[in-house]
Amino acid sequence: MSQQKEWPLWEVFIRSKQGLDHKHVGSLHAADAEMAIQNARDVYTRRMEGVSIWVVESKHIHASNPDEAEAFFDPANDKVYRHPTFYEVPAEIKNM
Amino acid sequence: METIVEKSLEEQFEAKIANEIRIEPKDWMPEQYRKTLIRQISQHAHSEIVGMLPEGNWITRAPSLKRKAILLSKVQDEAGHGLYLYSAAETLGASRDQMIADLHSGKAKYSSIFNYPTLSWADIGAIGWLVDGAAIMNQVPLCRTSYGPYARAMVRVCKEESFHQRQGFEIMMTLCNGAPAQKKMAQEAFNRWWWPTLMMFGPKDDESPNTEQSMRWKIKRFTNDELRQRFVDMMVPQAEFLGLTVPDPDLKWNEAKNGYDFGEVNWEEFWNVVKGNGPCNKDRIQTRVKAHEEGAWVREAALAHAQKRSQREAANQAK
Repeated sequence: MSQQKEWPLWEVFIRSKQGLDHKHVGSLHAADAEMAIQNARDVYTRRMEGVSIWVVESKHIHASNPDEAEAFFDPANDKVYRHPTFYEVPAEIKNM
Repeated sequence: METIVEKSLEEQFEAKIANEIRIEPKDWMPEQYRKTLIRQISQHAHSEIVGMLPEGNWITRAPSLKRKAILLSKVQDEAGHGLYLYSAAETLGASRDQMIADLHSGKAKYSSIFNYPTLSWADIGAIGWLVDGAAIMNQVPLCRTSYGPYARAMVRVCKEESFHQRQGFEIMMTLCNGAPAQKKMAQEAFNRWWWPTLMMFGPKDDESPNTEQSMRWKIKRFTNDELRQRFVDMMVPQAEFLGLTVPDPDLKWNEAKNGYDFGEVNWEEFWNVVKGNGPCNKDRIQTRVKAHEEGAWVREAALAHAQKRSQREAANQAK
C-alpha cells in the first residue's frame, strides 16, 4: 500500500435551512467521512449557516469540461420557445 | 499549430477578465496568473494562521470571561479563514503539505504585522481595531477579484471580519473611558501598532513590482498607496473620537485632495521585518513548526485508523 501522508480532500455541501438545496461551500482535508463532517461544522457553520452537511471525497466528483462548454451547452442555445416569454398572449387574456 | 491554440485560449481568458467573468479552477489560465494567485492566496492563508499567535497568547489572560469567549471566537475565526484560503489555493493545484512546508522553511511569506509582540491587553484592542480594520480595507475589494474561489472565500471572510474590528474598537473605547493608566495603555498600544499597520498595505506603488500585472488581471482592484490613503482617512476620525493622538507629527488634513497628508513609513524597518529580522519572526515560525511536529502523530494515527476501518468494512462486504 502506498504511504499516503496528506489527508484526502473533501468537498462540503451545506443546507442552510429546511426546504433549500445543499450548496457547495468549499473543501477541507479529513482522514475519513466522519471527521470531514465534524471539520465542516467547525469550518463552515460557526454562525448557524447550516442545518445539514454533505461531504464527498473530491476524487469522486466528475465535472463537465469547461473548454467544451460552448459546444456542450449549445443544444439549449437556440430554443427560445422553451421560455414563456416567447409566446404572445393577448392583453385580454388574464391569469396565464 | 500549438501556438495558435494557445493564443486563442489566452484571448478567451483576456476576454473573460475584460467582461468581469470570473475565472474558475478548470478554466485555462496563463501560468503566471496561476503562480501569482498561488503566491498571494497562500501568503494570505499563512497570515491568517500565524495571526492566531499574537492574540492566542492573551486568551488565558483576558480580563473577563466575556472578553475571553470573544477572543477565543475571533482566533477560531482566523483558523477558519486560513482554511478557506488554503482550499482556494488548492483549486489551483497547490498541495496543502507543500504550502505548509514553504511557510515553515521561510520560503513563503506572511503579513509582517504578526512579527510584532502583543505586550499588553490594549494591544489586543489595537490589533482588532487597526490590523483587522486594515485587513478589511484590503479584503473588501478582493471579494471582486477575478479568480472565483478566492473571491468566494473573501466574501465569507469579510462577513466574519467586521465583528473582529468592532470588538477591538470596543476594547479601545473601554480603556479610553477608564482610569488615566488605562487610557495611557491604549495610547501606547496605538503608538506601537499605527505604523506597522500602515506597512500592511505593502510597499509604495513605484516599488511594488507585482501590482501592475495584478491590476491588469483584476486580481487587485486598488494599489497599495490608494488603500493606505483610504485607511488613514477612515481611521483618523475614529482615533479622534477615542481621544487618542495619531503618532505622526506630519499628519495634516489636506482640503485640496479631501484626505490626510501623512508622514513617510519607515521602509527600512518594513524590509527588515520582511527579511526575517522583526521582533518575533523566529518565535512565530518556531511555534508553528513545533505545533505541526507535535501534531504529526495525531494526523498519522487518524489516517491509520481510517484506513483500518475502511479495510474492515470492505472485508465485511466481501463476506
